[in-house]
Amino acid sequence: MSNLLDLLVAGLATGAIYALVAVGFTLLWQTSQTINFAQGEFVMLPAFLMLAVMHAGAPFWLAIILGILLSLLLLGLGFKLLLVDPMLRHGVLPLAIATMALAIGMKEAVKQFFSAEASPFPSIVPAGDVSILGRVISLQSLGVLALAIAVVIGLTLLLNRTSIGHQMQATAQNPTVARIIGVPVERMILLTFLINAFLVALASLLITPIYLAKFSSGEVLGQAAFIAAIVGGFNQVRGAIAGGLLIGVVDNLAAAYVSTQYRAAVPMVLLIVIILFRPQGLLGRPEERTV
Amino acid sequence: MRSGFFAGLLLATVSATAAFAQGAPIKLADVAELSGGGATVGNNWKNGIDLAIEEINAKGGVLGRKLEVTHADSQSNPGVARAQVQKALDNEPYVLLGPGYSGSVKVTSPLAAEAGIAQIMGGEAAELTQGGNKFLFRTSFGQQSSMPKVAKYINDELKAKSVAVVWVNNDFGKGGRDVITKEFAKYNIKVAADLSTEAGQADFAADVSKIKAAAPDAVFIYLNEEESARILKELKRQAVTVPLMGETTLVGQKVVELAGDAANGARGHVGLTTDAPVDLVKAFREKFVKKYNYVPDHNGLKGYLAIYMIKATTDKMGKVDPKAFADTLHGLTIKAANEPGILMDVTFDEKGDIDRQGFLVEIVEGKQVVKQVLPKLN
Repeated sequence: MSNLLDLLVAGLATGAIYALVAVGFTLLWQTSQTINFAQGEFVMLPAFLMLAVMHAGAPFWLAIILGILLSLLLLGLGFKLLLVDPMLRHGVLPLAIATMALAIGMKEAVKQFFSAEASPFPSIVPAGDVSILGRVISLQSLGVLALAIAVVIGLTLLLNRTSIGHQMQATAQNPTVARIIGVPVERMILLTFLINAFLVALASLLITPIYLAKFSSGEVLGQAAFIAAIVGGFNQVRGAIAGGLLIGVVDNLAAAYVSTQYRAAVPMVLLIVIILFRPQGLLGRPEERTV
Repeated sequence: MRSGFFAGLLLATVSATAAFAQGAPIKLADVAELSGGGATVGNNWKNGIDLAIEEINAKGGVLGRKLEVTHADSQSNPGVARAQVQKALDNEPYVLLGPGYSGSVKVTSPLAAEAGIAQIMGGEAAELTQGGNKFLFRTSFGQQSSMPKVAKYINDELKAKSVAVVWVNNDFGKGGRDVITKEFAKYNIKVAADLSTEAGQADFAADVSKIKAAAPDAVFIYLNEEESARILKELKRQAVTVPLMGETTLVGQKVVELAGDAANGARGHVGLTTDAPVDLVKAFREKFVKKYNYVPDHNGLKGYLAIYMIKATTDKMGKVDPKAFADTLHGLTIKAANEPGILMDVTFDEKGDIDRQGFLVEIVEGKQVVKQVLPKLN
């Protein structure tokens, strides 16, 4: 039982980070029909941007700020203007393939210009432990979980309680009608790209101290977050959050109680089962399209 | 006109042959893990090789000929390693260097043996030198030499009666796990948990939870460098306080750099360490740091020693003869007094295994501290 509690806490901490990345997937899909297969690499890159700033002599806090700003510029604005806008007019599939190419390019660029080896990355959560229900739980796990949940709550409030959030939702639901009623659709779409860039930068900040900064570290994350988004519901932010947490916990429980070798397969089996019985995902809404 | 052409051709051929015999560079081929999961291994190994070659060439080379090496990337993938080794052998090198991963050595060593080219590699899996390959040579201890020392230390010094064994599911990890569990049985040490993990694994939370549930007296960790760092961080995160023991990788420089504070207290047996209380090793470390601006791990030493093995063997033969190289190196003792580049006295047996002094170390405040020096056996 105590072991189960450890596994749940660790799983929720990892799952919260998957949720941040998965939310980005859903936001981009809803507002611009973009499936970003480079999302995992988007999580990998901000850590290297921050490391580069630190190597230039800046303190960690400044590296975080500059890293997030550079992420907004490169992974938000740059991604939209240079890749999504030119490719989207040719359809969803060419864009998806273009993001795969982008993923490879980002990995190779980091390998070439930084290093093929892993690098240590400082943690924003201090080391130490607390005792909960008689179990020693690290502050780092709790800190990651708390920060990720705070961001998700903030994002939910932004989407549901603010005018900008309502305009973003209107853009996601029907951009033509949204444009007619005066919603600045293009600006809303750009905003979702910037939010995605912020979320991946934050995920990078939280996960890299554990996974280490390495050019290939986005592969696992991207896949896990993509599965999480589908499991939870690709067209619902709350679905992506639930999916992320669920995949984090299932992954840990699978590693402990099934097999380390098959741990990566278990979330995929879950994905298949959910697609078969609830194609829209756990919390997603059914979508119909005419052909 | 035609006779003049043939005379010129003959002259050019004779000149080229003479150049090859006397002054042409000695070609070496290196296939290493320059990217992928083993990038730390491969890049340290490569840098060690380049440093040794630079030194030797600066002093006039080997028997008056310069050394020249080509580096190829195995991408830490045995399939790619095999293709790269085949390509390297097609160019008829004097000696093949690498790879570092045991799995890659396993699939490439038959190619080098078939070509009759000596292969000096970094793999440590016990089985590599047990198959009768006469062309394969180690640069460090095999698991059959190092694991008995680890088990003895766990029994005698840590007094552990139960140990959790965490190993990486590849040739290197499985070989180490098989040898250490046999050694534990000799001391009646119970294996409290037997945890296989994957190469490149990022998340060790579940594995550490299992270790906590098994409540062992100590944990034996046998993973590659990056995974070692990740599990050390997770062990610290989940507040595991029992002694952590490993062999070479766990207490390597890269692991200490990546794991930070979490590496403190980790102990292990190392065949090679730049913290060894040996003057020539200290001098090597200084030269390496000056050239590359970082402290190498044991793989840097391995690469460096591989080149001086070539130099000492070739000097012993008095000629550059790839076919006779392996025969000469078998049974050869190279003394550091005669060849300082070899750093410590070493003897190669008929299987290509080595006998050299070893060290038991502990990480204290981010630094390897040598606790015991284990002397050379013969």
